[in-house]
Amino acid sequence: MDAFFTKLMTLGGPLLLGAGTTVAITISALLVAVVLGLALALIRLLNIHPLNWLIATYVEIFRNTPVLAQVFIIYFSLPYLGVNINPFPAAVIGLGLNGGAMLTEVFRAGLNAIHFGQREAALSVGMTPWMSLRYIILPQTWRITLPPLGNYAIALLKDTAVVSAIAAPEIMFWARNLVTSTFETTFVYILAALLYFCLSFPLARLVDGFERRQRAWQ
Amino acid sequence: MTGPLLQVEELHKSFGDLEVLKGVDMTLDRGHKTAIIGPSGCGKSTMLRCINYMERPTQGHIHLDGELFGETQSDGAYKPMNEKGLARQRAHVGMVFQGFYLWPHLCARDNIGIGPMKVRGISKAQANELADAMLEKVHMSHKANEFPERLSGGQQQRVAIARALAQQPKLMLFDEPTSALDPELIGEVLNVIQELAEEGRSMVLVTHEIRFAREVADHVIFLHDGVIVEEGPPKQVIDNPQHERLRAFLRQIVEH
Repeated sequence: MDAFFTKLMTLGGPLLLGAGTTVAITISALLVAVVLGLALALIRLLNIHPLNWLIATYVEIFRNTPVLAQVFIIYFSLPYLGVNINPFPAAVIGLGLNGGAMLTEVFRAGLNAIHFGQREAALSVGMTPWMSLRYIILPQTWRITLPPLGNYAIALLKDTAVVSAIAAPEIMFWARNLVTSTFETTFVYILAALLYFCLSFPLARLVDGFERRQRAWQ
Repeated sequence: MTGPLLQVEELHKSFGDLEVLKGVDMTLDRGHKTAIIGPSGCGKSTMLRCINYMERPTQGHIHLDGELFGETQSDGAYKPMNEKGLARQRAHVGMVFQGFYLWPHLCARDNIGIGPMKVRGISKAQANELADAMLEKVHMSHKANEFPERLSGGQQQRVAIARALAQQPKLMLFDEPTSALDPELIGEVLNVIQELAEEGRSMVLVTHEIRFAREVADHVIFLHDGVIVEEGPPKQVIDNPQHERLRAFLRQIVEH
């Protein structure tokens, strides 16, 4: 039993450190993805031809290629353009761009789900288009998109594992290092999986809670 | 201010190749009520929606209270007004829609209060006070805290009317306010509109309720195929129609 706890302490420490990085990458990439996705979805509403085309191209490229390839390209190819980038920002940019593409579609669907009459009513009381967006359209879009947004956040948390491939010091990066040095393969990976579960499960419950509240509101 | 409240001049509206309005004129004096009737697709809703520039007319001009609406004029040339200016003008025109369009994320009181709060910059407390006064006008005080989906269609439309009244508008536009309602709920909405009419409010009403139009309006316009075919006092237009198309339309309504 003592041996077990010693093992847990020596192996768990680095993994916990990695969990901190996993959370930091998740939150940063989520922020990038939400801001980018919402901005692009709103720009698409303006229906300006060349911009529409550019955004659609971006979405399709990032939706239809593996996120690992995207992260590799950013991390290994940017230095050729004279931009040296660390693993952490490369991971955030890669995951953020990938998520931005997915969330553009999520926000677009959310915005399109709102009846045009909502905006007309806002304009009719003397609101400017900006006020209508700010006080009428976005609060409703937010409620519609919260569940898919939550699901995306959960997927993202687990997808951060891929950035261990560029040596971003998150959970899987430490797990692999520990396995190489200790050969405790099963123990380390089960511990790593447990850590992901402990991070993901509360988030999933939170999303469920939001969804239930939204159903009550409808 | 002298002169009419609303002037619609040579109004044309096309959607692509389809010309929905082919040059209509109307004048509304303060405190007067005009009803626009006609078969579906005749352009009556479009005409109403052009008055507050929900639709931008293809040709023609609107004047509200002597002021050019939705456009600016310099050296005889007309230019579309910017969104800020348009919003400022729209605040003077209340609009009631067929589909109510209450905002589902806000309770009845906030549906009414948020406009004045954001547009005129009054405080939350003032907005609540105003909203409560407007709710009382439409006999909905007991539902102030309810969200729209908890209200019946008739109740929703009364809240929507209160929302428009809270703008303290110079002019009220009603776009088929009872067409989406179950028959048993139409009465409560018509009653509220009637009370507003009796207060001497200026209004333009698009409706299928011919009997109601006859009672409330002092002027009736019969629109057909984008032109005004016949107009005048309701007793003349509805009780003694001259034009064959209007007679056919009224016959259909009665049979229906």
